Amino acid sequence: MNLDFEQSITEIEQQIADLQKKAEADGSNVKSDLSSLQKKLEAQIKKVYSELTPWQTVQVARHPERPIMRDYIKGMFSEFIDLHGDRCFGDDQALVGGFATIGSHRCVLIGMDKGRTVEEKIKANFGMSNPDGYRKALRLMKLAEKYQIPVVSLVDTPAAYPGREAEERGQAEAIARNLTEMAGLKVPIVVTVTGEGGSGGALGIAVGDSVLMLSHSIYSVIPPEGCAAILWRDAEKAPEAAEALKVTAPSLLQMGIIDEIIQEPVGGAHRDPAATFTATRSAIVKRLSKLKKLSEHKLLAQRREKYARIGKYDRRRHSTH
Amino acid sequence: MGWFRRSRKKQTQPVEQVDLWTICPSCKAHIYKEEWAKALMVCAKCGFHDKLTCHERVACTVDEKSFRELDRDIKPRDHLKFSDAKSRYADKAKETTEELGINEAILTGRATLNGIPIVLGVMDFRFIGGSLSSGVGDKIYLASDYALRHKRPLILFSASGGARMQEGIVSLMQMAKTCAGISRLNKAGIPYISVLTNPTFGGVSASYAMVGDLNIAEPGALIGFAGRRVIEQTIKQTLPPDFQTAEYLLAHGFVDRIVPRSEMKDLLAKVLCYGRRGKPPCKP
Ligand SMILES: [Zn+2]
Repeated sequence: MNLDFEQSITEIEQQIADLQKKAEADGSNVKSDLSSLQKKLEAQIKKVYSELTPWQTVQVARHPERPIMRDYIKGMFSEFIDLHGDRCFGDDQALVGGFATIGSHRCVLIGMDKGRTVEEKIKANFGMSNPDGYRKALRLMKLAEKYQIPVVSLVDTPAAYPGREAEERGQAEAIARNLTEMAGLKVPIVVTVTGEGGSGGALGIAVGDSVLMLSHSIYSVIPPEGCAAILWRDAEKAPEAAEALKVTAPSLLQMGIIDEIIQEPVGGAHRDPAATFTATRSAIVKRLSKLKKLSEHKLLAQRREKYARIGKYDRRRHSTH
Repeated sequence: MGWFRRSRKKQTQPVEQVDLWTICPSCKAHIYKEEWAKALMVCAKCGFHDKLTCHERVACTVDEKSFRELDRDIKPRDHLKFSDAKSRYADKAKETTEELGINEAILTGRATLNGIPIVLGVMDFRFIGGSLSSGVGDKIYLASDYALRHKRPLILFSASGGARMQEGIVSLMQMAKTCAGISRLNKAGIPYISVLTNPTFGGVSASYAMVGDLNIAEPGALIGFAGRRVIEQTIKQTLPPDFQTAEYLLAHGFVDRIVPRSEMKDLLAKVLCYGRRGKPPCKP
């Protein structure tokens, strides 16, 4: 499935399909035409994806074929033992977690799953967690602390679910508790934003020592549509809002919010999931190996300093005007 | 997160003022302005707690002349060079600062409360909806740091529509930063009391405001994560009238007590005496 801005790509794909059909029908030799079209296609994909606007990046991050949690589990981990429940209320299907092995590292894995089929999506609430999901994640992170194994967190959620029961069971408290506990968790936490980093709902499992982002993923304080509806009074102005909010990985790296961008294959993660998993796994493993060498004291001091620095008022720079 | 701000404006009319009279925004009773102020902006007829400015809050919470402001110079910074259809954030921030005479949506300082040394933070909803900016986050983090170094309890009064959209992701990260500050207090055994006032939503309720050792709310305060309108649009149902009120949160287990404004100071002093960890008792 191609996105609206991929029209030029779709056209070349159509030419290729037509040519193949023709060759099948009349047996003509189209080999050289086909290979030049293939090259043209690759060049065009590369061009389109090197010039993505912030809003187009949002669309790629939400692409229906983009790899989701369940794909990363299969693609990056040699073992996954899913564990369930928050021991308070239930087992949130939007938040998946358990023991997992990545490279040579045993860890606790947590992340949001959006589901692929319609039934899966509904069951997973489209990747929007209720408080029970955040509490399940915290329970598993505490288990990681007890067992002295690191936490790997994969973030891909539009938002924490804005529902009646979510409020009644303390959505705000559940997220706030995670932020507070993750700040002091005594084992390494490596976070990777793989798709949508939707506001507080994402942050609730995204406080870490290393925060990585796939190159076409996004991370935002509010969905561009929501921001546009409030500040532009027009949800159609989402592209403008996406631009203004600076939601893309390069902007976030520049602002010092994230530590590393994981380069996606040409044309986005959905065009080559296997290469995406390889790149992501290698980035996570590298981070885990480094963080595991730090003493507990150093780890926690470094994590605290990382967040204390974000938006810190610099008296020398700001007080003069 | 910022959704809440606009929808509230429509629900609550500003206090209308007719000569010497104030009209209660809730029950519409006419009350003498002098009486209204003396009752700390609480309606004598219906008990409605109107919003306070940060200065009014400080005045009715700590001992007279004991408040010493911290980090007064911290003001908004335009990290994203943000502008929307109407205005530039840098201009809006400057105008607000000049209009209100405060530099950010929170006032922090040290003070005494019935003689007990504390660190206090008080949000001001007038300042861009009390939104959580990098300035607000920094002031709270620094207040927690001061509390830690001087072993003083921290009390934060919240009033906020959520994160400050115009500071984008930097604003979101203040949730993690402020909670990191609270986490240190937890480890050091320094008391932290959160007082939730009307309204407390989004990025503020989902960070420092909800993780007090005690969460105390003012009567009738609206407190939640998502705004009522967003939830109603999502679930396509009408929510009960008392949804997200302090009383509703008490019933669901997310606040410890609802305390009227007139009793707040004494209650805070009393509970702080329990958090002394073996030190001699205080004398409020
Ligand atoms: Zn009244």
